[in-house]
Amino acid sequence: MNYPLDPYWMAALKALLVVVGLLTAFAFMTLIERRLLARFQIRMGPNRVGPLGLFQPIADAIKSIFKEDLVVERADKVIFVLAPLIGVVFALLAFGAIPFGPPGSFFGFQPWVLNLDLGLLYLFAVSEMAIYGIFLAGWASGSKYSLLGSLRSSASLISYELGLGIALLSPVLLVGSLNLNDIVNWQQEHGWLALYAFPAFLVYMIAALAEAARTPFDLPEAEQELVGGYHTEYSSIKWALFQMTEYIHFITASALIPTLFLGGWTMPFWNVPYLWMFLKIAFFLFFFIWIRATWFRLRYDQLLRFGWGFLFPVALVWFLVTALVVALDLPRSYLLYLSLATLLVLLGAVMYSPKPVRKGGGA
Amino acid sequence: MTLKALAQSLGITLKYLFSKPVTVPYPDAPVALMPRFHGRHVLTRHPNGLEKCIGCSLCAAACPAYAIYVEPAENDPEHPVSAGERYAKVYEINMLRCIFCGLCEEACPTGAIVLGYDFEMADYQYSDLIYGKEDMLVDVVGTKPQRREAKMTGKAVKPGYVVPYVRPELEGFKAPTEGGKR
Repeated sequence: MNYPLDPYWMAALKALLVVVGLLTAFAFMTLIERRLLARFQIRMGPNRVGPLGLFQPIADAIKSIFKEDLVVERADKVIFVLAPLIGVVFALLAFGAIPFGPPGSFFGFQPWVLNLDLGLLYLFAVSEMAIYGIFLAGWASGSKYSLLGSLRSSASLISYELGLGIALLSPVLLVGSLNLNDIVNWQQEHGWLALYAFPAFLVYMIAALAEAARTPFDLPEAEQELVGGYHTEYSSIKWALFQMTEYIHFITASALIPTLFLGGWTMPFWNVPYLWMFLKIAFFLFFFIWIRATWFRLRYDQLLRFGWGFLFPVALVWFLVTALVVALDLPRSYLLYLSLATLLVLLGAVMYSPKPVRKGGGA
Repeated sequence: MTLKALAQSLGITLKYLFSKPVTVPYPDAPVALMPRFHGRHVLTRHPNGLEKCIGCSLCAAACPAYAIYVEPAENDPEHPVSAGERYAKVYEINMLRCIFCGLCEEACPTGAIVLGYDFEMADYQYSDLIYGKEDMLVDVVGTKPQRREAKMTGKAVKPGYVVPYVRPELEGFKAPTEGGKR
């Protein structure tokens, strides 16, 4: 859909706002995550700097800027310096396409930076480019652990990205557009896409965790095995840039899930555009931190098997079902019933607990 | 590992999120100590104000770390310091050597030396870590560095602990008790 374009100065201003906003959000997400994780573990978390520890990000920033910036002797110097920049630039690029409200609601301008007809494809491409940052960092470090970490990230990329990409196809087929505004508008008209494509929603959520390298899938870092993985050799501000990349991915994923599947800025009742978008983002940020506080990291081969053996087939089957409904022009409500059925199956699987099988001897 | 277990684990962590942290923010909040905690020694007095210590040096003999030095003197019958024939003219404990084992307390025939609760004794000079009678008699509140700080700032000594109750051996020793006035 075409909306009036903003003047260039406004677009630039909004781009700046997105970047500054994301960087601020990153700084405070580190604090929020540490505080929340601490509370999940019945600790208090950082609370010494300023009231409630609110100035902790500032202290961290000052610390990471003034620490010694090492470039390892065996590193490929140019790429070593370039890698974190690549990561952070592509992470920042992705956010602009996400709409935060109805057209013209940002002081008379559009509440998004980019309104691309290829929106989803653009997001997909740009956020995957950030893997180059991780991969090149590991490769240029000249260290075994870094190389292992970056190899892991590229291998897991291939395995979860299939599921992720195909899970995105179902909403695209239903809406008939890659434009994020169209997707949100369609949902305002017909209801949330999570209801029409529940399996795809689930697969996308899991894959988004993997894409942001969050806990069940944080193999590229794997503190305990790889000493930090791809950023083992990085220090000071370069290391901070990697943290930034990771958190911005995290925030972008938390913003994309509601945009694609949960109605974006719209809400069936009491529709306040910006508020609901922020609430939905906050919910997913909390949810992912909650998962990090609870679950364990999958082994490397387990992630590959999970990606190829579960995410990919589920997404593919649902894509075929959606394609069938769309091609034969069947009523879309079939998908609602099917989604409900898969939800029930999932609930059944959660309720079902087989007796533990005792391995080895014993009566 | 079942889906049910994964879901249950989420419930467990959520429960912890809403429970009170177990952290004691120590310098801001006092540490809860047991009534029989082994801290800085206290030289107790009889209810009539006479010192219990009779200068027998049994504590020094029992001390495995050789941390105690006692120099006895005869009591003046008109103005006795202790309840016995003699009293401790000098009673010093080297807090750097002391291992807070409590053997001195067991060896003491009159129950004069009792281990108290103060533990914040870190200091800058060796000489400041040798505690004399003036640092350990029951009416003394706090450790040397704490009292020095109190003198400099003009505020009262703020002990870093609370105890449920003060055990009877420490009669007359004032310690912050839980729920009581600090």
